[in-house]
Amino acid sequence: MNESENTIHTCQLEVEGGNFNAAGTVATRIKSILKELKMPDDIVRRSAICCYEAEINIVSYAKKGIINLTVWPEKVLIEVDDEGQGIPDIKQAMQQGYSTANQLIREMGFGAGMGLYNITSYSDEFAISSEVDKGTFLKITINKH
Amino acid sequence: MKLRDIKEILNADVIVGEDKLDIEVKTAFGADLMSDVLAFAKAGSMLLTGLTNTQVVRIANVLDIAAIILVRGKKPPPETVSLAKDLHIPILTTKFILFETAGRLYAKGIVGCIEKVESGSERI
Amino acid sequence: MKLSEVKGILEARVFVGEDKLDMEVHTAFGADLMSDVMAFAKAGSLLLTGLTNSQVVKTAASRNIAAIILVRGKEPSTEAIDMAKELQIPILATQYILFETAGILYSKGIVGCLKKVDSDFYK
Ligand SMILES: Nc1ncnc2c1ncn2[C@@H]1O[C@H](COP(=O)(O)OP(=O)(O)OP(=O)(O)O)[C@@H](O)[C@H]1O
Ligand SMILES: [Mg+2]
Repeated sequence: MNESENTIHTCQLEVEGGNFNAAGTVATRIKSILKELKMPDDIVRRSAICCYEAEINIVSYAKKGIINLTVWPEKVLIEVDDEGQGIPDIKQAMQQGYSTANQLIREMGFGAGMGLYNITSYSDEFAISSEVDKGTFLKITINKH
Repeated sequence: MKLRDIKEILNADVIVGEDKLDIEVKTAFGADLMSDVLAFAKAGSMLLTGLTNTQVVRIANVLDIAAIILVRGKKPPPETVSLAKDLHIPILTTKFILFETAGRLYAKGIVGCIEKVESGSERI
Repeated sequence: MKLSEVKGILEARVFVGEDKLDMEVHTAFGADLMSDVMAFAKAGSLLLTGLTNSQVVKTAASRNIAAIILVRGKEPSTEAIDMAKELQIPILATQYILFETAGILYSKGIVGCLKKVDSDFYK
């Protein structure tokens, strides 16, 4: 069976790099979409958290990005594609506590080096690829538990 | 305990959510690191923080936080107040520092939304 | 209270300053924002924080903090450990979250290094 046939919702949302005022709006939007679709609370919450962390990373470290949301009755897929500096060492970036956040970002409460770790711990499947000076791609899957 | 009681204990001002002071709260989480809040704070808890930007409201929304308690005499900027109104998230402000805020609430029976973070443990 | 008692109460692990556990502490400050630590933390206090980098050690040293207590199961970075050894600031780490750490210490008699911050401060 073709997976795309069963999708109950898809949408594409844009994220602007550097704009901390708008940061988090995509996560808030995705949360309300999933709620309207009557997805289980646990999926809604974990999807919103993963999306939020990915979104903040685009705002902090990239020029712009696109977040694609695909929803099945019991599963959510969040694909995050950004244009920006990319990540030279993914293994290092994934470590808890590792952060290149500047002072400005830190004073806003970011830079704990926990974002990517949070995405792995709240998702069921997580894939990341990146090319320096091109961009970063994340594929995050959240299943019903 | 009701949010109204929290307001009394902390001598707090209610910036947003005057109509929500009857909600019940039992647990709290305190931090100024957004990702730590996302990692550990639980739905229905109070968030004690010194962060006042709009992101703290976005996170509270994502996590279904019961109320934001701004510590150390911090005042939220207008954009934070209006977003909190839109998203129906109460904001209280207290002059107490985080340590005193936590100590006083703990003494009255509020507990952490989790007690400990076990290294390498499941965080969901 | 002695730092050794703090260690016991919080079931903490000592990363730096095993030789300093006899020092007396009475007050504490908790924050993850460096600027707030700079502004409000007082000499001789415990600093409860989730920050693990060497910057926090430098800041603690400049405020004459008695000891750093890392909360939420965090571990200091190697640079932070080196810096703390050099600047002779103890680092302890507990698995308790900040709220619990503060609550427990408060119930044992530790108080804030200041109680309140006047809102005028930020003007
Ligand atoms: N989209 C991205 N583009 C470029 N670099 C990134 C991107 N996402 C993460 N990074 C790099 O990986 C590091 C770790 O990211 P992570 O989200 O785990 O922590 P952080 O953003 O530094 O802090 P926190 O998320 O806890 O606020 C970042 O500091 C940055 O160097
Ligand atoms: Mg991040």
